[in-house]
Amino acid sequence: MEKQLTAPLTAMIQPGGMPLDVTGYEHAGGYQGLRKALTMTPEAIIAEVKRSKLRGRGGGGFPTGRKWEAVPTGPGAPRQRYLVVNADEMEPCSFKDRLLLERTPHQMIEAVIISAFAIQADTAYIFVRAEYVLAIQRLTRAAAEAQSRGYLGADILGSGFTLTIHVHASGGRYICGESSALLTALEGRRPLPRSRPPRSAMSGLWGKPSVVNNVETLCNVPHIITRGADWFLGLSRCADGGTKLYGMSGRVKRPGLWELPLGTALIEILEEHAGGMQPGYECRAVLPGGGSTAFVMRDDFDVAMDFTSMRKVGSSVGTGNILALDDRRCPVGMLHNLEHFFAQESCGWCTPCRDGLPWVERILAAIEAGEGEAGDLDTLAHHVSFLHSDSTFCDLAPGAMAPLGSALKHFRAEFEQHIREKRCPWHDTAEGWA
Amino acid sequence: MSTAEQDRKEAPLEAGLRQEIAALAQHAGHKRAAGTDALKLVQKHFGYVSDRHLSEVAALLEMTPAELDSVATFYNLIFRRPVGRHVILLCDSVACWVMGATAARAQLHERLGIHPGETTADGRFTLLPIVCLGHCDHAPAMMIDENQYGDLDPAGLDAILEGYK
Ligand SMILES: Cc1cc2nc3c(=O)[nH]c(=O)nc-3n(C[C@H](O)[C@H](O)[C@H](O)COP(=O)(O)O)c2cc1C
Ligand code: SF4
Ligand code: FES
Repeated sequence: MEKQLTAPLTAMIQPGGMPLDVTGYEHAGGYQGLRKALTMTPEAIIAEVKRSKLRGRGGGGFPTGRKWEAVPTGPGAPRQRYLVVNADEMEPCSFKDRLLLERTPHQMIEAVIISAFAIQADTAYIFVRAEYVLAIQRLTRAAAEAQSRGYLGADILGSGFTLTIHVHASGGRYICGESSALLTALEGRRPLPRSRPPRSAMSGLWGKPSVVNNVETLCNVPHIITRGADWFLGLSRCADGGTKLYGMSGRVKRPGLWELPLGTALIEILEEHAGGMQPGYECRAVLPGGGSTAFVMRDDFDVAMDFTSMRKVGSSVGTGNILALDDRRCPVGMLHNLEHFFAQESCGWCTPCRDGLPWVERILAAIEAGEGEAGDLDTLAHHVSFLHSDSTFCDLAPGAMAPLGSALKHFRAEFEQHIREKRCPWHDTAEGWA
Repeated sequence: MSTAEQDRKEAPLEAGLRQEIAALAQHAGHKRAAGTDALKLVQKHFGYVSDRHLSEVAALLEMTPAELDSVATFYNLIFRRPVGRHVILLCDSVACWVMGATAARAQLHERLGIHPGETTADGRFTLLPIVCLGHCDHAPAMMIDENQYGDLDPAGLDAILEGYK
């Protein structure tokens, strides 16, 4: 406990792959945050989380304390409230939440209990994508163990606070990760996003005040309570607090995840942690935080991966899990892959997205196949400017346009070459194993 | 499918399964909220959800079949048509694409003679595309049934298939 803790989220991960059971977790200092939280008022917990400048790690970066504060409490407020963990993790090239769910399930459970106490919710859901079979098993077991020690259920540790946690396995669809669609999914309805207002904090699950937070966001909470907001602020290299689970995939030497100070430079993650590119590959650009983030080009690789700095290079932190585009893969092919994903996962509710994304996908397929036409790039650019958040019902379509808009800018020459030469210049390497 | 198996899939849900679904509905509080769990339970027993079973589940959850079907058909992992003994979910998202998923798909086609969405003639495998499995640091990745595989390469892929009869 006393040594400097600089990577709180991953500190309890054991070599060998098995997570700590409840006894091991307690020995390592687990459930101390909960014990402390139960001596505090909910308002004091929210105030501490606000002061820590914890921002959402699910992609949006919304300040967590402010989200919690919006939940009505007090005598006139609805008695029933819900805390919901977003463990859907289907954003392309993101794999950070899986690590926390599989390797630190008790940390997740403790985080849920404290956070539910802060908003005075008596029911919590962990919405997990169905493919995370191991995560679902381990969370379910951890919840049962926590219950057997009095951390869950009625009158937790004699505090009078009561909480039930449901681990819910999804049926599998990207839109379920959108927070309002997720609530609709939990209600057993076709999971379409909802119109806002009302915000979920006022009217969410079954019309009751609800908070939806990302896995990684919440896992910070027990540490903030145990060690305080000042310690948390000291972990980062930027104005917002904490660490970030950065990740890297693609043709790097050591793909993986690392818990680093929020605001670590992209180049440091690529070169030091991922070991740089494999021999024979060059990194041309990256998708910094999932399929819904704009490309960052080599010239900007010294950018700090924090919420403010990433805006300055025209992109965003997203999930913080970086994908390298190397010189042996075609940027147009990559865009085609991405837009196929978004077109397929569109829920179909609003016309611009339902009709626009398949159109974009078809044009990209044609360009990639050497059948592109002169006006195609204008049509693509038109979609980029049209599918913004005022014209679509949720952020799926604007997210889909982020990589496309930046690619039209940075890979213009490659797009034009495809159309001019009526073939993909990467034809020879496009479909190989390497 | 043998005739006996066909009959089983078209017979009414057994009492035990109906009780399990009723218990799920009870536990969920709002009955309809047990929809995905109930459909998955049926799928676990029969491989997919037939029209007949969908209607029965809907009745147990006090929904119309159309309502439940609008949920069932929305999800990538609820199968409304029969599948093979094993389901291969091959990731077709972007990190796997970079790392050679197209070649993996081509090899599966060569070995099994099926494209995504198809089932082998002997009913051994169904191949389905799946979005990012969150296993991108081990791309290309896939799942077979509930098992996850990564760092696929030509020899490894063949060896994995051997394990499923
Ligand atoms: C199409 C779509 C998919 C999303 N998928 C996820 C997801 O899988 N996990 C997640 O935490 N947030 C996802 N989000 C963001 C959520 O809507 C929401 O902002 C987030 O869960 C809030 O948690 P946070 O404030 O802790 O980040 C998605 C958003 C959209 C538009
Ligand atoms: S933007 Fe797309 S995913 Fe979002 S509501 Fe509209 S159709 Fe559905
Ligand atoms: S892109 Fe295939 S596992 Fe993530």
